[in-house]
Amino acid sequence: MLLHCTESTFLPRMSKMLHLIGRKALDILFGLGDYALFTGRSFHAVMHSKRIWRRLIRSIYEQGTVCLPVILIVGLFTGLVLGLQGYHILNRFGSEGLLGAMVSLSLVREMAPVLAGLMLIGQSGSALAAELGIQRNSEQIVALETMGVESHGYLVTPRLIAALLVYPFQTALFVVIGFWGGSLSGSLLLGVDSGVYWSSIQRAIESRDLRECFIKAAVFGILSVTICAYQGFHADRNHSDTGARAVSAATTRAVVMSSIMVLVADYVVSSFFI
Amino acid sequence: MIASSTEPPLLKVDQLAKSFGERPVLEGVDLSIPRGSVFTVLGPSGTGKSVFLKCLAGVMQQDSGMISFEGRPLVASDKETLTDFRKRCSFLFQNNALFDSLSALENVSLPLEQTTDLSAHEIQSRSLDALSQLELESYRNRYPSQMSGGMQKRLALARAIVTRPELVLFDEPTAGLDPLRRNAVFSMIVKYQRRFNFTALIVTHDVPEALVASNRVALLNGGKICFEGTPDDFSSSLDPVVTGYRDSTDALRESLASIRGQVQAS
Repeated sequence: MLLHCTESTFLPRMSKMLHLIGRKALDILFGLGDYALFTGRSFHAVMHSKRIWRRLIRSIYEQGTVCLPVILIVGLFTGLVLGLQGYHILNRFGSEGLLGAMVSLSLVREMAPVLAGLMLIGQSGSALAAELGIQRNSEQIVALETMGVESHGYLVTPRLIAALLVYPFQTALFVVIGFWGGSLSGSLLLGVDSGVYWSSIQRAIESRDLRECFIKAAVFGILSVTICAYQGFHADRNHSDTGARAVSAATTRAVVMSSIMVLVADYVVSSFFI
Repeated sequence: MIASSTEPPLLKVDQLAKSFGERPVLEGVDLSIPRGSVFTVLGPSGTGKSVFLKCLAGVMQQDSGMISFEGRPLVASDKETLTDFRKRCSFLFQNNALFDSLSALENVSLPLEQTTDLSAHEIQSRSLDALSQLELESYRNRYPSQMSGGMQKRLALARAIVTRPELVLFDEPTAGLDPLRRNAVFSMIVKYQRRFNFTALIVTHDVPEALVASNRVALLNGGKICFEGTPDDFSSSLDPVVTGYRDSTDALRESLASIRGQVQAS
């Protein structure tokens, strides 16, 4: 009797669990496919998007100029911390002369593209997701489609092109400011010879390091803009939230998912260059 | 100028059906919209009037049924016909759907900038012309949030007519407006429909205004069209569904009298 009862409840429970797992897996596959189509349409729209220049300049301003102070501050303090920590670590081995190499390689290969990418997600990615979410809510995106305007080309493509220009530029700026931050703490405060510091940087950096840095910046730019735009563009798809809550949920998802994807992509790109 | 009865309709809908999950909203809607007419689809709130209009505009995909524009069926696979339809059709949203980060002039010029190859000078001149036709020229640098509800409605109409469409779809143009503003909006539609000679398809639940402004009316109820005819036919119909809906409208006669005066004056 007991065995019979256990069998009669076990099978339906198992079936329900498998059903849930299957549905979740299908949802994830659908989401990935839909995101890939969204990204493809946004790239494809470069070919036939009309009068894109004004929107492109505006996007460059939004992602570039507006985020500049954050990049400068974070870059400077990252360099300061790297200089400080690097000095004390290298001091244990009597290798303070390698401070420039340590600061520069850490910045160029890892810290600058990742931190600049995360800062840009926090500043312009979240704004992009919120803006598109509000436009979706107030039927502005549907209005574009009824006018025969390609909504991806109008709303996403200029931001995507801007990201491909701005992210590498901001990353380069982050690197330069970081070098100065490292020099400030390492040379000015802790007494490493300035000439030794800068010549160590010059010797350490190779063209493949710069290539890795800029490829990462471009990949992070594409990922963050497309993920944030996708979340905002489809803010109405989340049935558990509506209106302002749907926009806020979409913005949160955009920031969290694009930050995670930046770190995942960082590992993937790094593994190609190691 | 309404097309003669022998001329094929501008827009034809056959057996249009749409469901949301298990809930059917449209269950085989048949309708023919003559060219040059002001055609109003009436119906109580929640009967799927907006869904019907969104299916026509291509914003929503119907489950079954056929929509034909000038005799050519609008199907997703025929991109050329769909693009042509979108160029010749405009949609006026219930909430106007204006771009809040663009000025009035930028809102109106957007469809011309993005869908035509006109020069910048021509776009500017046509946009200013549309704004001046709707008495908004002096507000061209204002943002939608700096305008009143009536001005926003006129701005949305200016954006809809700037491409010189042959068909304008109006989704509840008077939703949430007081009686005076409702009359003003219908007067505006009639006035500009006469001036630009487009075909207007309006969905609304405002019976008095619709009867005065329209050439033809239809009643959508229970997912189907249960009446189609002239406003006079609607007023005199003894069909129980029509009489039930008609009688549910408060103070019909009084409103009719006041609106007639306004429309005639315009």
